[in-house]
Amino acid sequence: MRNILLIFAFILGTSGLVIAQSHEHSNHATDGATHVEEGHDSPAGHDQGAEAGHEEHAGQADHGHGHCFCDSGEAEEGFEVSSTAFHHIGDANTFHIIGEVYVPLPCILYAPDHGWNVMMASKFDIGHHGTGNLAIDRYVLVHGEVNRIADTSFPMGEISVECVGTEINEEGEAHYVVGYQGNCYHLESKSTLDQGVFGGGITSYYDLSITKNVFTMLLGLVLLFWMFRSVATAYKKRRGEAPRGIQGLMEPIILFIQDEVAKPFLGAKYSKYLPFLLSIFFFILGLNLIGQIPFFPGSANVTGNLGVTMVLALFTFFIVSFSGNKHYWEHIFWMPGVPAWVKIILTPVEVLGIFIKPFTLMLRLFANITAGHIVIMSFVGLIFIFGNSGESLSGAGVGIAASIPLTLFMMAIELLVAFIQAFVFTLLAASYIGAAIEEPHHH
Amino acid sequence: MIQTLFLADFTVIRPEPGMIIWTTIIFGIFWFIMSRFAFKPISNALKERETDIQSSLDEAKKAREEMANLKSENEALLALAQEERSKILKDAKAAKETIINEAKDKAKEEAKKIVTSAKAEIENQKMAAMIDLKNQVGNIALDIAEKVIARELKSQPEHEQYVNQLVKDLN
Repeated sequence: MRNILLIFAFILGTSGLVIAQSHEHSNHATDGATHVEEGHDSPAGHDQGAEAGHEEHAGQADHGHGHCFCDSGEAEEGFEVSSTAFHHIGDANTFHIIGEVYVPLPCILYAPDHGWNVMMASKFDIGHHGTGNLAIDRYVLVHGEVNRIADTSFPMGEISVECVGTEINEEGEAHYVVGYQGNCYHLESKSTLDQGVFGGGITSYYDLSITKNVFTMLLGLVLLFWMFRSVATAYKKRRGEAPRGIQGLMEPIILFIQDEVAKPFLGAKYSKYLPFLLSIFFFILGLNLIGQIPFFPGSANVTGNLGVTMVLALFTFFIVSFSGNKHYWEHIFWMPGVPAWVKIILTPVEVLGIFIKPFTLMLRLFANITAGHIVIMSFVGLIFIFGNSGESLSGAGVGIAASIPLTLFMMAIELLVAFIQAFVFTLLAASYIGAAIEEPHHH
Repeated sequence: MIQTLFLADFTVIRPEPGMIIWTTIIFGIFWFIMSRFAFKPISNALKERETDIQSSLDEAKKAREEMANLKSENEALLALAQEERSKILKDAKAAKETIINEAKDKAKEEAKKIVTSAKAEIENQKMAAMIDLKNQVGNIALDIAEKVIARELKSQPEHEQYVNQLVKDLN
């Protein structure tokens, strides 16, 4: 049973990654062609060296050519699926409900050179496409996301900007810019921990806001806690009676995790780790399912965010490492029972394995959930592609006819994936912990 | 440039510090409160119920065993009773037999006795009857003879003597 589950988990994980990768490639290929003239993408199209670019652009702005062309998105004609999909799966400082209606979320911004800025996103005066009409202390809201103007010459305080959009420089690179008094001011890229490898970088500010994802996580926390608290009370109140209602719904799932995941992998010590396994399972499952709801307050792609899955994988990594017994570490650093020259090869492999295990946990969950969101967004996008952005009603009809069965099918699959990925993460976490606490067998 | 832009738009693969900090805080809180207030009580309750069910099953098994024991005891008792019964029946039969035999014997004896006494009585009666008859026959004969002799022996005393002697010989 245990082996079958592991193989199953592995296959699912791998297939998820392959789907995600192939999707990345196909989007990649189609993306560039339309990108420059559309100019409808999220900000931070900066070159990698944020600091170096910073000075240079500051200089350009000071020269003041007297003209800044902002393609603010007003002039957009077509519909671009990939950018819409990417925007929907990404994080934001506002929650888009419908049309031009946005729920503003609290922004908590910290810049070492300026200090804290705590305000609601509505303070940016949210306009078309979730872009703010105001710049506050050099922060601007672009497509629902807070960015900072790189130029230190840009005035602080609340400033009404002329436009927010893209500018194409001499090398043909597109940058997000803010037009103010005829000058173009470049925006910093988003602060990320990828050191600019994926287009982010270390910036002059940190965005610690309650973003769409954080808001959804808090919502999930409250919902799940309320639900499980009522289950726990039901057990207390109706002691010794048959489970009923939500208690009856949850009990088989809890027992499944306990009997099919915790007990087989962790043996007698399972009860010590069961709360963690249940927490991680229901946290992932809850957020996966909330993300499947296509409208507010659902739809956020939380478990498809690499930062989130990274933290969940890190929790697992630390639990595994801290519970590892002598036997476990011995098998990693100096495998007993093999010749010395094999040990020299084996040790680096085993040491790498410590990190590869949580790394795969992180990627598997991220890739599966993100891929699902992108595919659904793409199918929904068919309506607008066929409809030529609302110009062709019959086209939209064809799009709807094609899109509804596909989206329905994909949503059903995603419902399954929501359960499977939560289960696989829990199962693998249990197997890693189990390997770390396993007592040596005496041969 | 195309690649840079593409990857820049694909923001979900860029781990943002804010997201990491918030996830750590929220999952940490989630783990703590869920363990403390939900999962531990639930798993304790489940464990308790499991022991409850196990003990009930054990009890049922024990009761069943007891029942089986009781049943076998009953059977033994029944067998014993049956044996007793058959013994009693046998005894009764034997007793009946003896009683009947005894009764038969007694009856036979009684019958014999009755027969014997009856025979004796009959003999006696016969004797008495015979004597009576003899007497009557004698008397009749005597009467007849008297009449005859009275007619003939008026003259012949030796005849009378002879007849008396004859009567004597008859006895």
